[in-house]
Amino acid sequence: MKKWTRRAFIGTGILASGALVIGVAIRPGNRSSKVAGLIAEEGETVMNIWLKISPDNTVTAIIPHAEMGQGVHTTLAMMLADEMDADWSKVKFMEAPADKEYANYVVAKGFIAGNKTFPKFLEGTIDGVFLTAVKTMNFQITGGSASVRFTGQQGMRIAGAAAKAMLLQAAADTWKVPVEELKAEKSIISHPASNQSATFAELAQAAAKVKAPKQPRLKTPEEFTLMGTSQPRLDIPAKVTGAAKFGMDVILPNMKYATIKAAPVFGAKVKTVDTSIPSDSEGVLKVLNLENAVAVVAEGYWQAKSALDRLNMEFESTENDGKSQDDIFKGYQMAMDKALEEESIEEHFRSGDALIALSEAETIVEAEYQLPFLAHATMEPMNCTAWVHDGKCEIWCGSQNPLGAKAAMAEFLDISPEQVTVHNQLLGGGFGRRSETDVIKQAVAIAKEVDYPVKLIWSREEDTQHDVYREATISRMKAGLDQSGNPVAYSHQFLFKHHPPEAADIPYTVPNQLIQFTSPSSFVPWGNWRSVDHSVHGFLTESFIDELAFAAKKDPLAFRKSLTQDKPRFQKVLDLIQEKSDWDSPLPANWGRGIAIAQSFGSIVAEVAEVEVNVEGKVKVHRVVCVADAGFAIHPDGFKAQMESGIIYGLAAAMSGEITIENGAVAQSNFHDYQVTRMSDAPRIETYIINSGNPPGGAGEPSTPVIAPAVTNAIFNATGVRIRQLPISKTDLRVSIQQTT
Amino acid sequence: MINLTINGKEYPVEAPAGMPLLWVIREQCELTGTKFGCGIAQCGACTVHVDGQPIRSCITPASSVEGKNITTIEGIAPDENTLHIVQQAWIEEQTPQCGYCQSGQIMSAVALLNENPTPSDEEIEQAMSGNICRCGMYGRIKSAIKRASAALQASTSNPQLQ
Repeated sequence: MKKWTRRAFIGTGILASGALVIGVAIRPGNRSSKVAGLIAEEGETVMNIWLKISPDNTVTAIIPHAEMGQGVHTTLAMMLADEMDADWSKVKFMEAPADKEYANYVVAKGFIAGNKTFPKFLEGTIDGVFLTAVKTMNFQITGGSASVRFTGQQGMRIAGAAAKAMLLQAAADTWKVPVEELKAEKSIISHPASNQSATFAELAQAAAKVKAPKQPRLKTPEEFTLMGTSQPRLDIPAKVTGAAKFGMDVILPNMKYATIKAAPVFGAKVKTVDTSIPSDSEGVLKVLNLENAVAVVAEGYWQAKSALDRLNMEFESTENDGKSQDDIFKGYQMAMDKALEEESIEEHFRSGDALIALSEAETIVEAEYQLPFLAHATMEPMNCTAWVHDGKCEIWCGSQNPLGAKAAMAEFLDISPEQVTVHNQLLGGGFGRRSETDVIKQAVAIAKEVDYPVKLIWSREEDTQHDVYREATISRMKAGLDQSGNPVAYSHQFLFKHHPPEAADIPYTVPNQLIQFTSPSSFVPWGNWRSVDHSVHGFLTESFIDELAFAAKKDPLAFRKSLTQDKPRFQKVLDLIQEKSDWDSPLPANWGRGIAIAQSFGSIVAEVAEVEVNVEGKVKVHRVVCVADAGFAIHPDGFKAQMESGIIYGLAAAMSGEITIENGAVAQSNFHDYQVTRMSDAPRIETYIINSGNPPGGAGEPSTPVIAPAVTNAIFNATGVRIRQLPISKTDLRVSIQQTT
Repeated sequence: MINLTINGKEYPVEAPAGMPLLWVIREQCELTGTKFGCGIAQCGACTVHVDGQPIRSCITPASSVEGKNITTIEGIAPDENTLHIVQQAWIEEQTPQCGYCQSGQIMSAVALLNENPTPSDEEIEQAMSGNICRCGMYGRIKSAIKRASAALQASTSNPQLQ
């Protein structure tokens, strides 16, 4: 079993004095020497910032991403090892320390420029512009389904290939033979003609002195030995024995526990709280007024929580105290009306003249949709352990954004970032939630008031009520069809635009389009929620296109095909899902099939849901067929697992996911009233991957946006009821079934 | 001070009246494989066995299980070098993603198979629906339970494997 190599980065002060630091960084300038102190131990050779070779011939991939179940540590290590021809059984990984040297410029480059500006997505020389930008932004984020697409393709593979080229050159120089006659295989370089061979470790020191190639040759897919295979994930064995350590599991000498209650209404401040230690509480060490929250420190979580629950506290009133969910939706309608009236609405996309085309269309279809706030509800409630001592701050937590946390805490404590160390742990679910630093800041605020390490644990109630939420929203859609049912005009007004910027685009050929948005103010904090804006627009676009297909009296799948004829990848995905989902076969009464398709994060994913609506109006999703054009799936089983995961995550939201605001605060509190999908509600999922020869697409998010519309379109197919408000549980489907039976 | 027997080992612990077993296991015994998820027996992350029965340790007072045999995820493997058949099946099916819920899932699965070595799909769903997995690995959990069930059958019919 591979172990986390934590030793090297527990305390950045441990300098590997004997480590040989040579070679060249893949990134501009030679940075290896700066990072050696963070990653290397005695005797190890740092070939470049992403890989080191140990004397026992182990190759360690240094991965600047957090593991939250997506298998990123395994997959990125595979990409590096494959290019290097390293022996996979002797490859280890460690998570890169939260250090500016690992600011993830390739991810940022991907976000900023995409693959469009860099068609040679495997290029090895990178200008320093992005790196500078990234360092300034403190960017070491795991998100945007970006790890394989950017770090893997533009970092790990090049790092591996460059190291191999250097090792080959070192062998050629040593043995005085032409480099072309050498062979690299399973961490050994050999020269068959002279029957000589040496391990990577034996050649490492000489290799590190070789000038790194600027653009090392990368393998073609035919040459891959690891990429495209499903290697067992390195993080799994520890996850079945209980040995895996999450942020929640950190134990430090003399550590105490804290829990917290923030003002229920967002933005409110504490008015009164008695911070003296309650006489009836055992083990309580401290009660803290943190201005917008009250924290209790105790010998254990339960003691802290029991005391906190019994504390009398009052919060200042705010202008939002009386606000309800209805008020919020009414406010949205007003904001939309106002933006249209005052012509302050912003343009997302325009082609042709949608208004004229609408006025001339044969058939008009209009629909308004409404989506709720959503919480992340990661399995592991928010937590963070912090220790502020000797002018330093140490943090233990599972973060999607450790470098951001480091910078934020340095600013918060007014110390230099070098004095802040983030020990990143496994994440018990991320989904975007763990890219925030709010809980880390709370833990540090508590820790600076005491002289011991403190583990702050949020209750599930706190986690539900103080999340950063996928926004609730409304949307107005209108389209015009010509006499043959072809859409000639498409108009869409939506609220809020975060990212990715293209989320509201439609893949369908409609000559006249007007897509606009406005962004009303909201007092409910927003956060990245798995697939971000695609989680909204996947539902909107794919529900509405289904409505158009019905109005056009066309089969929903055939309709989508007819409108994506300029997109061969879409055509192939639609063809395959038609076959695999048995699209054209009949279903029993009260059963229905629905399809949805969307491109997001570089992958194109279609899903067909098969649902049954029973006489009580209860919806059961029996089966979901998923077809994904992954470009190239580096780890096919991992890709499939991500599709399955994204589907269940999106399904939970579609069926019952709803955060509502009452009296300015979140009304839900735990899994009994924020219900998620359980095994008894989980459909059978079949996933088919298309390797289309395009660059690898994202895996973590692209299956989420399409599940809600696939299910609601299936419900329409089963019942004739069009669901325009999520979650589905808001709609009473009993009547529709009685009518049809 | 009470004495708890966890994985066959005695732990003298301080557990004030009402303190849930979960926090004693995690904070005092430092067995962190058992997880906190909800605190109200909704998610199953804290599942442990008491005298072989699966219970939610987040709502079970520690004082109520004194003198009973408590088993946590750290205690189900037959020995240090061998995994439990269910753990092995979990690896073979590549079941966990984030892994946070998996201790609880495995404890529920072990209890199910102890009671019913050849559960049907419906029986698996019924036994496992108290365990939430936010990574949505229900299909793989179900497959892993079936694989473990098959392995159990093979090992009982072939004594050499036992």
